Amino acid sequence: MGGARGSSELGEAEIGRIFREESGRSVATLIRVFGDIDVAEDAVQEAFAAALLRWPSEGLPPNPGGWITTTARNRAVDRLRRESRGRELLGELPALTPDHDEPDEVGPLQDDRLRLIFTCCHPALSTEARVALTLRLLGGLSTAEVARSFLVAEPAMAQRLVRAKRKIKAARIPYRVPEAHELPDRLRPVMAVVYLVYNAGAANLAEPALCAEAIRLARILAALMPDEPEVAGLLALLLLTESRRASRTRPDGSLVLLGEQDRGRWDRALIGEGHAIVRRCLRRGQPGAYQLQAAIAAVHADAATVERTDWPQIVALYDQLLAVSPTPVVALNRAIAIGEVDGAAAALALVDELDLDAYHPFHATRADLLRRLGREGDAAAAYERAAALAPTEAEREFLSRGGRASRSGPVPTAGQGLEPQLPDPETGVLPITPPGNGRRPV
Amino acid sequence: MSQYLLSVHSVAGEARAPMTEEEMARFMGRVGVLEEEMKSSGAWLFSGRLHEPDTATVVRVTGGDVLTTDGPFAESKEHLGGFYIIEADDLDAALAWASKTAAAIERPIEVRPFMHFAGA
Repeated sequence: MGGARGSSELGEAEIGRIFREESGRSVATLIRVFGDIDVAEDAVQEAFAAALLRWPSEGLPPNPGGWITTTARNRAVDRLRRESRGRELLGELPALTPDHDEPDEVGPLQDDRLRLIFTCCHPALSTEARVALTLRLLGGLSTAEVARSFLVAEPAMAQRLVRAKRKIKAARIPYRVPEAHELPDRLRPVMAVVYLVYNAGAANLAEPALCAEAIRLARILAALMPDEPEVAGLLALLLLTESRRASRTRPDGSLVLLGEQDRGRWDRALIGEGHAIVRRCLRRGQPGAYQLQAAIAAVHADAATVERTDWPQIVALYDQLLAVSPTPVVALNRAIAIGEVDGAAAALALVDELDLDAYHPFHATRADLLRRLGREGDAAAAYERAAALAPTEAEREFLSRGGRASRSGPVPTAGQGLEPQLPDPETGVLPITPPGNGRRPV
Repeated sequence: MSQYLLSVHSVAGEARAPMTEEEMARFMGRVGVLEEEMKSSGAWLFSGRLHEPDTATVVRVTGGDVLTTDGPFAESKEHLGGFYIIEADDLDAALAWASKTAAAIERPIEVRPFMHFAGA
């Protein structure tokens, strides 16, 4: 940028980029000021229109975020004064009012964006609504962009957003950061939304911007909640997964297995950053599901080749992950790692105890282990079962070819919609099938 | 302050095994403690438990004529069995009361906000 004022390069695309970067903070602040999401959204939209008119000739203001917030606030006040309903709104106590007696008002939890993400991800809203609101309000995506990201028609997405905002207002979903004792329960859906946004981006080749958006949200959370090890773990997991996303697919969209990925193409800067966070987490000694998944991803990132991966270390991390997140999917991934240490027979014995008959990676894993044990007939039957259950054509083809070129584990869920990646609504436990892992446990 | 309806729905034909006297006493004890807490904290506005839906009567007025019919309005299996009307700062506070209520009566609780009218 070089601080060049009045630069002619300040086109609509660049202004749009700056707005996407800054609008979450402005929207969050204005929701606190006006107690109304729609007023805040409209005002920031008006500020965007004003910036498109003024910035190209006047140049970028020294503090674009501050400019957007101030402009939007002034526009909102002007507009509310003009409208009689608006004058009422300015007068009445708004529904979304932060509680100023809150002890958490001071300290690192002050940022309005943090209030906003907890409102957007309130457990009283559906998971789909949480994701949509977070992307729209915090991520600054347009309704059309949010709709496209999740392969939903725009009117349906608009309806979903309207309904969610109506519920926030009518039911008075509070605009505040939960207190310390509520935090574990309330932080889980927030992290799940960020993780879902990432997975949606990674599963949908057309929308890699969602991966960047998820990482941006994770960075915001990590900066605002530096004392939450799981938030740091989530950021590390996303960075390490992102480091190999580019090498995970061929130009035609087909998957490249972890063992076959060109490790020279892994993004070393992201790996370095992820590693540093994992090390800080380890020193803290409060492991959780995201930190452990990040640690597993870090071990993979360390290995020069798949054969030189520190599998015993991965097994040890899966042992811990299974303790905090005792789901059959974690057990399946752990069994695959055991297969690399103790052999296919040991892994198969563990896999056969799992109740995952409807989960196609379970059958793909069995098929691979059976083949390694020379039981070709059983392996073929398992591949057939996996292919029948696979959600995408690419995976069905891959599996019905007998998973050729694969020597190992489960097929990552590559469904295009949200459903395959949803966390368990009962336990909030996420399906441990991070994208970008090829067919190795990550 | 907002007002919320916390409602308990019973499912026809899914009547639980009748409580023993001892169970009933424990149940009433839990509900008593809950209502006392609601009242002393100022959250409680009104509450009630309803008779079975087959005791209901529906009244309709069409063109000035009153038509009275036997039975509940909705031909559904689920019926409102009882409710609390409470006052709470926000949804989180209402949900906290709902979880206490659900624990006391061992039934799911639906939480619904009342509409706000200016001056109300």
